[in-house]
Amino acid sequence: MTTTVAPSARPKRRPGDVVFAGVSWAAGLVILAALAGVAIFLTIEGAPAFHAAPDAYFGAKNLVAYVWPLLFGTVLAAVLALLIATPLSLGVALVISHYAPRRLARPVGYAVDLLAAVPSVVYGLWGIGYLGKHLTPTYEWLEKHLGFLPFFAGPASATGKTILTAGIVLAIMAIPIITAITREVFLQTPTLHEEAALALGATRWEMIRMAVFPYARSGIVSAVMLGMGRALGETMAVAMVLSASGIVTFNLISSDNPSTIAANIALQFPEATELRVNALIASGLVLFVLTFAVNFAARAIVARSARRS
Amino acid sequence: MANTKSPATHRTAGSNSQEPSVPGSTSTARPTRSNTLPLRHPRLPRWAGWLVAGVAAAASAIVTLSLGWGLVGWGILAIVLFGIALPVWSLLVENRRAAKDRLVSTLVWVAFALAVLPLVSLLATVVENGLHVINAQFLTYSMRNVIGEGGGVYHAIIGTLLITVAAAVISVPIGIMTAICLVEYGARHKVARAITFLVDVMTGIPSIVAGLFAYALFALVFGPGVRLGIGGAVALSLLMIPIVVRSCEEMLKLVPDELREASYALGVPKWRTIVKVVLPTAMAGIITGVMLAVARVIGETAPLLIIAGSTDSVNTNLFGERMMTLPVFIYYSYTQPGVPAEFGQARAWGAALVLIVIVLALNLLARLLGRVLSPKTAR
Repeated sequence: MTTTVAPSARPKRRPGDVVFAGVSWAAGLVILAALAGVAIFLTIEGAPAFHAAPDAYFGAKNLVAYVWPLLFGTVLAAVLALLIATPLSLGVALVISHYAPRRLARPVGYAVDLLAAVPSVVYGLWGIGYLGKHLTPTYEWLEKHLGFLPFFAGPASATGKTILTAGIVLAIMAIPIITAITREVFLQTPTLHEEAALALGATRWEMIRMAVFPYARSGIVSAVMLGMGRALGETMAVAMVLSASGIVTFNLISSDNPSTIAANIALQFPEATELRVNALIASGLVLFVLTFAVNFAARAIVARSARRS
Repeated sequence: MANTKSPATHRTAGSNSQEPSVPGSTSTARPTRSNTLPLRHPRLPRWAGWLVAGVAAAASAIVTLSLGWGLVGWGILAIVLFGIALPVWSLLVENRRAAKDRLVSTLVWVAFALAVLPLVSLLATVVENGLHVINAQFLTYSMRNVIGEGGGVYHAIIGTLLITVAAAVISVPIGIMTAICLVEYGARHKVARAITFLVDVMTGIPSIVAGLFAYALFALVFGPGVRLGIGGAVALSLLMIPIVVRSCEEMLKLVPDELREASYALGVPKWRTIVKVVLPTAMAGIITGVMLAVARVIGETAPLLIIAGSTDSVNTNLFGERMMTLPVFIYYSYTQPGVPAEFGQARAWGAALVLIVIVLALNLLARLLGRVLSPKTAR
């Protein structure tokens, strides 16, 4: 075990230290093994599907033709969700950390924490049983007044089971997660920085922009990244809310919607057999690669922008 | 600034300091502005926000009533009016920076309201639809041989608790030890950096992929079509470990280095420093992180749908047969409610309420523990 990286030179190694360091390193390596395991096992189980007959792809010609519309739907739903969730989450986090009086901020912070824990299937239940029904008038309005945009071309769905509803539900699910992290980071801004900014005559917003945001930048990026991870891979809410027909379209409010990889797996897997199972696992591998790539990019941004201590 | 030369500025400075925040005082300050800066900027009175809010609400009410819009329209219009009027007033009396500040404040509060409304609506809907379903029978009966009315979620509660506890048992030790490894031992180590990076990547693993991983793993051993409770626990721990690691890592990093150095200076070994100084200091945050992780995975549906399957009977054996869990129960009860549909869907809302209550209880308990265990500091 090469654990002598600590900067302070120490003459003798105590056995307690060696054991403790060994155990903690082993734990870290288990994680590496698990991640490698995901890729390996998905590839092993997905491989038989690469050259399978069209029946394995539920009628599509080959794996690419099968996965591409799903991939499109996945990204579309996640992007919609983040467009809605990011500004709102920053607002909530700022309210809790800097705007609300402390008496109010504390309970609101607790409430947001509790809501981060509300399970995705409950969001799905709410999305299908409440939100979808109440959004249909809005969709009709959008079709009537903004129908010239390709996003709102319609015809508006009568049930509200659209990709936009799914995006909104995903956004609502991502808000507590993004908020929980950004709030913590905002609160950790050194009070001295904030007070210095205020003492120089900055308004509250200028103080936040000059002292809080620069300090919190990498935290915000990683928070949005976590939200993105949840939105990309979120299964149940989409599976319940979306009425999917597997087409590729930017039309957000019609009843013909692209499905997402995760929702498709959840809907098909329980009844799938033989090669269809392998095909679904292969599509799961695609989702895994996609999220891996997104996280990789986000991490690179964080590593480049964050040069603090 | 106070000992300026001309008598005129003397008077201005004095009047400004005596009667603060009266917009009228700007007029007396104006003649001398070229010579010297005023001591205070003119400010809107403290009640300016309330006044504008009241006026905006009233104006919006008039428009709403005359055009026949609903309550939602009134709210939107009132907020828009407020968001325009207050910054404009501020721009006229104060300055651009103050106006911008007020505009951003309004935007932040609006974002807050927009984010909180659906969350409130969610809870209200679940409570409204779920409360009347819950009774003693619902909590103590399984769905075995139940068609139509009756039955309950006992089997699902047992399954959820067993699988989640198993997942926590797997992932909490691994998670905390990894965090210690990353923060205390591997601060500048290549492997540690790789682990940090890959843990971040793992936080983005979709839950369904974790389920597929567990299925692929167990299918290699037990053959295709395998459904096991422990498989669900493995899938959940794959999701839980990175959350635990990330939050623990952040919390350990927050522990001031002065504490560690003080401990080393007293000759305390590194591992005792970690156990006795670093971990207790970070304990509250670690518990919160573990709590969030448990709360996230306890409601995870997709992996359990794939690897734990669904059943109508009670199964307390993690290592044999299918195991029902609350989230999967909710999903199947709502999407495949049976005939007549109303009973199945009612059970779905009831189970959703039970699940939320379990999650909230866990959260509150963890909060309490976190508060009791945290060191008494003046933070």
